[in-house]
Amino acid sequence: MLTVEGLNTYYGRAHILSDLALKATAGEVVVLLGRNGAGKSTTMKSVIGLVPAETGGITFDGARIDRQSPHRIARLGLGYVPEDRRIFTDLNVMENLEVGRQKPRDGAPTWTPERLFELFPNLGNMKDRPGGRMSGGEQQMLTIARTLMGNPRLILLDEPSEGLAPVIVEQMARTILQLKAEGLCVLLSEQNLHFAQMVADRAYIIEKGRIRYSGTMAELATDAAVREQYLSV
Amino acid sequence: MLANIVIQFMNGLAGASSLFLVAAGLSIIFGVSRIVNFAHGSLYMLGVYLAYMLVEFFGRSSIFGFWGGVLMAALCVGLIGVVIEIVVLRRIYRAPELFQLLATFALVLVIKDAALYIWGAEDLVGPRAAGLRGAVEILGKRFPQYDLALIAIGPVVLGLLWLLMNRTRWGTLVRAATQDREMVGALGVNQSGLFTGVFFLGAFLAGLGGAVQLPREPAQLALDITVISDAFVVVVVGGMGSIGGAFLAALLIAQAKAFCIGIGDVSIFGTVFSFSKFTLVVEFVIMAVVLVVRPWGLLGKQQGTQRGTFMVEPPLYPLNRNFWLAVLAVVVLLGLVPFGGDGYLLVLLIDIAVFALFAVTLHFLMGPSGMVSFGHAAYFGLGCYGAALALLKLKLPMELALFAAPLAGGLGALVFGWFCVRLSGVYLAMLTLAFAQIAWSVIYQWDAFTGGSNGLVGLWPSEWLKDRTVFYAFALLLCIGGILFLWRVVHAPFGYALRAGRDSALRADAIGINVRRFQWFGFTLAGTFAGLAGGLFAFSKGSISPETLAVPRSVDGLVMVLLGGVQTLTGPVAGAAVFTWLQDSIARNTEYWRAILGLTILVIVLAFPQGIAGFTKQVATRIGVMRREAA
Repeated sequence: MLTVEGLNTYYGRAHILSDLALKATAGEVVVLLGRNGAGKSTTMKSVIGLVPAETGGITFDGARIDRQSPHRIARLGLGYVPEDRRIFTDLNVMENLEVGRQKPRDGAPTWTPERLFELFPNLGNMKDRPGGRMSGGEQQMLTIARTLMGNPRLILLDEPSEGLAPVIVEQMARTILQLKAEGLCVLLSEQNLHFAQMVADRAYIIEKGRIRYSGTMAELATDAAVREQYLSV
Repeated sequence: MLANIVIQFMNGLAGASSLFLVAAGLSIIFGVSRIVNFAHGSLYMLGVYLAYMLVEFFGRSSIFGFWGGVLMAALCVGLIGVVIEIVVLRRIYRAPELFQLLATFALVLVIKDAALYIWGAEDLVGPRAAGLRGAVEILGKRFPQYDLALIAIGPVVLGLLWLLMNRTRWGTLVRAATQDREMVGALGVNQSGLFTGVFFLGAFLAGLGGAVQLPREPAQLALDITVISDAFVVVVVGGMGSIGGAFLAALLIAQAKAFCIGIGDVSIFGTVFSFSKFTLVVEFVIMAVVLVVRPWGLLGKQQGTQRGTFMVEPPLYPLNRNFWLAVLAVVVLLGLVPFGGDGYLLVLLIDIAVFALFAVTLHFLMGPSGMVSFGHAAYFGLGCYGAALALLKLKLPMELALFAAPLAGGLGALVFGWFCVRLSGVYLAMLTLAFAQIAWSVIYQWDAFTGGSNGLVGLWPSEWLKDRTVFYAFALLLCIGGILFLWRVVHAPFGYALRAGRDSALRADAIGINVRRFQWFGFTLAGTFAGLAGGLFAFSKGSISPETLAVPRSVDGLVMVLLGGVQTLTGPVAGAAVFTWLQDSIARNTEYWRAILGLTILVIVLAFPQGIAGFTKQVATRIGVMRREAA
């Protein structure tokens, strides 16, 4: 569904991603693991087109997207949930959802505010609350719900567990599994291995902008050396 | 008495409507695009002219003819806004914010000459509105029917805008894009379409604001600048991006103006105080007070930087040996000019030197200090008047009188700067504009002391400087000295502190830098040297007028700095030279020099978004003359 090959991305003259390659197939939850500053968020931003790749190919559903603008990529059914949530704080919950709304799409679940409030019951109780007066956890729910309003086939989740209370993190894990059950493909970035183990099928480990390891979660669970080298703090 | 007050109040309400329409358009455009559209007053002016033309065309005697003409005029202006957005602004959304400002300056020049070409220089008096030509009686006073209609238009448009912004998908997207347009794009919304729509709406409102004024004021070419400064004031007083705030501020300012005119001359303790003269500044006084008390306007909120437009200022290159050698070469070259060039060239070079110093002081504020000034001419003009008054009133010799120039400029900057450094960004820029306007209006109206609109004459240098060549050397020496001093300051610890404060006021504060105080000193330093430039200007011309500190002079300074490139040190000098030379050589050859200048600027903006000096640096890097700095 999503194929990234030979991706090189720069900020000015700083080389951030080097020959990065990864794949996500339909119905899969793939996690991109790595420490702070390893290049996880930049990978996400390169895929959605916010930080254009210098070289490399990105294919989504058979279409090349590496030279496309973000809004065109999003309209192909690729949803992006940013790490820092980027809620429209002056808009209320319903209006935030409205901004994300796109037409129903073949081969992807169709979301309405009502369906999303089943997934995130908290949001349903605060439809008129401005985004700026919500807690971090509520904002994290809203940013995912907002992206789902675009009826994506694949969703990029950038560190959804960051800064959340443990009970909310567990709720988040259940949500991701529900999305998977709906048939959505999820590419997620994480530092939290425990969280990743709850939701993901496969993992890539990224360090200094390069993919260092790739395997199933089961393989990673048995490979203590890899975990020690790339993930322990 | 009561009747008078009521009538003045009604006059204020009628004046507020048009002001609100323009300001609302400006505010909406700024919100989404973060472009401070200087051409907004020009769009208003086009609204008046087009309404004049279209009302004639549809028939001035029928109600349909009048209102049809007004609406068509507003729609046409809206379409002109769309063209501007697509042809010019869309190409430079990613350029630094100030460059977009430069592009809209250029548009002001082009639109003004286009209007001059189409409609001529004469004022055009519009027809009165068909069906509303009479007057109604209010408390025994006659009040025009048309003004009643105007009073209604403001609230009606406010209501419609509120519905559009809060009850439609388009409005929701606009409000979202005002906060984070990059995220809106990542959610699948085409920003270009949104921006074009916003420009249409903003330009339409400006055009409508102008068109409905047709029965009240004639169409004339000076409207663009007066209206844009009024609109800025309203938007800033109300709070950037707040439509309700714009409405409130328009009411407040229109009322204050109406009452100042209504009160007229009042005798207080035997001295006659003229309130009608006060109308020229009352709005700026209101703005200054509001900004000091509520820095983000009446209904405004502190605005974060628009996401996705964040630009890092590159560090300045150090003043190494090659730099000083290059400076020396330029000085030697300039020193040789009197032996080869004619007298006219010397006059032009003196102008260039004076404006180069002026531009460098403005750059000192905008670049290293991070404070954009829209009213920098105030300090230039204060220098002019300081020197002139010291010579004429205090009868000081010219050499001493010249000292009064930096003193006056510095003192003005010390006082105004104390207020200005309390703000940042667009608000700071607006406050500098307000102070410049206040200084201008005092000098313009104080006939007995400053000569009023006639200015002051008879400012000639001392005997030994009378010779053109000697004065050239004298001016060159002082200007180059001032420029080099400011460049050195940028690389001194003081300059580091200023740049640290610009890049992150919070972090600079946290490491013990009193950012505000440093900015205040920086502001004063820039004002002092701008004053020196003004003093030299006064003695090179022999006469001065209030124009030396009027808005167009401030705009000239901005254009010079931006044209040269605000991110480079030498850019402003190049910008001043090119601008002064262009203005001089084009103005001598054609009546439409503004349009040519404006088009030239547009071409430069679109072709080299990093300015002249930035462009040469890029070329120099590419061909290997200059080393690529380490990443």
